[in-house]
Amino acid sequence: MTALVEGVAGAGGVAPQTPVRPGRRRTGAWRYAVLALLGLYFLVPIAASVWFTVRERDGVSLETYAEIPGAEGFVEAITRSLAIAGLTVVIALLLMVPTVVLVDIRLPRLRTTVELLTLMPLMLPPIALVVGVRSVLAWAPDYFYGTPLAEAFFALQEPALPWILVLVYVVLALPFVYRALDAGVRGSDLKTLTEAARNLGASWPRVLVSVVLPVLRTSVLNASFLTLALVMGEYTIAVILGFETFPTWIVRISGSQPQLSVAVSVLSLLVTWMLLLMISALDRRRGTKETA
Amino acid sequence: MLPIGVLAVEAFRATDPVTFAETWSTDSVAAITEGPYRRAYVGSLQLSGITALLGAVLGLALAVAILRARRSRLLRRLVLTASGVLANFGGIPLAFAFIATIGNLGVVTALLRDTLGLGLGGFSLYSMTGLGLVYLYFLIPLMVLTIVPALEALRSQWREAADNLGASGWQYWRHVGGPVLAPPVLGATMLLFASAFAAYATAAALVGSSVPLVTLQIANSLSGDVVVGSESRGKALALGMVVLIGLVMIFYAWVQRRTQRWLA
Repeated sequence: MTALVEGVAGAGGVAPQTPVRPGRRRTGAWRYAVLALLGLYFLVPIAASVWFTVRERDGVSLETYAEIPGAEGFVEAITRSLAIAGLTVVIALLLMVPTVVLVDIRLPRLRTTVELLTLMPLMLPPIALVVGVRSVLAWAPDYFYGTPLAEAFFALQEPALPWILVLVYVVLALPFVYRALDAGVRGSDLKTLTEAARNLGASWPRVLVSVVLPVLRTSVLNASFLTLALVMGEYTIAVILGFETFPTWIVRISGSQPQLSVAVSVLSLLVTWMLLLMISALDRRRGTKETA
Repeated sequence: MLPIGVLAVEAFRATDPVTFAETWSTDSVAAITEGPYRRAYVGSLQLSGITALLGAVLGLALAVAILRARRSRLLRRLVLTASGVLANFGGIPLAFAFIATIGNLGVVTALLRDTLGLGLGGFSLYSMTGLGLVYLYFLIPLMVLTIVPALEALRSQWREAADNLGASGWQYWRHVGGPVLAPPVLGATMLLFASAFAAYATAAALVGSSVPLVTLQIANSLSGDVVVGSESRGKALALGMVVLIGLVMIFYAWVQRRTQRWLA
């Protein structure tokens, strides 16, 4: 029997293991090389930035970080950015949650169209968008002066809370919000759930609040978070329209306080990363609970 | 609610071309194909082309590397979330992190010059090459994010089938993995290109306007008081960008359609 098996293997037909193993091992080594190289590339700037902010002439101090909350303009800029981000998240969700749900339940044929439409802002350069927005805003003094429309346009550009930024950011956030929500909808059998709720006599708003939203909880969280990151980091549009938000504030102070600007930059990156990690951990815990 | 929502967005966006058209005279369009503006377009195209290619290759390598790691779920989650942050948060913090690292007073610069007695070998962060280095810092994560779903769609049965038939790793990628992955990789590269082409914040924070880039030129012509008519030149430049990106987008949509046929 053994002799027979050896004979077959020796004939060469049924021995897949020999070509497989060396190949796998080689890709293994290559994998570690890639990870090490890119890990270095991504970690060195962060580590160097942290060192840049804590080094003093004699040793190390965290003074720069302690200065952040008291820095001139910081509180206003970050509050304004957070307010804009909050409004953007609310509007984008109000717009997209019903859309995604409707497309999934009632109009599956429109899926590709909606997908393409929501992808557009991803490809549109923000700087080109802002040129357009600026021209539209310029109509107010040029053509509509003295009409209620002009008043509305001016109200949009209130420097304390620029609504125009909220509107533009909603457009920019659409691709991310759509993709996050779409992933959630695809992962759950929303159609059956809503039909069951409707059969039990629930009204549409009630279905939305007590069935759809709980199912989509993590996607909604994910979408809100990506939007928040987008708004907190957006520079181009804010600076060209002349509003001071968090990133434009960083750039403004960088000339006089380089250490402070780097400290705020690194801190914002790390805080965002921590939050995203927390959301992803939450997501995983729910996932395992459901499969278990 | 769907048509209204989408239409509201569409109408808002559609106003842009209209305003371009209104202030459109052939003068400014002719002007942007010459001299410094032409140089800016060429510079932008070169920079985004090279960084998109590099970012695509490195991002793909990283994505394959983290997906292969079956045991280290943690590594995978760390890389994916970090990618989400870097790709979405935008260029300003990155620009400052790099200034602190290899800028004129940067930590690594000082280390190389003072401690090791080496220079940066003619490298400057405030040049095209330096800009490319910073761009890669958000392009590689973007590549990872876009390509991971495609890699996950590669069924492990295909690999096993190829192995059982005695195919080598190279043969597998040449005849099975490669052809299936080609459309999404190409699509993702296009996305990287568009994103590098549109990037403004990083460049503005790093180099001001000493490097020829379209986005910087647009911002310059918008800041007004340079020359009369510069505002309309800015619009023409922006229109040119939209047209170029539109071409890329059409190509992307075509590639996507082919992908869907493959992986359906």
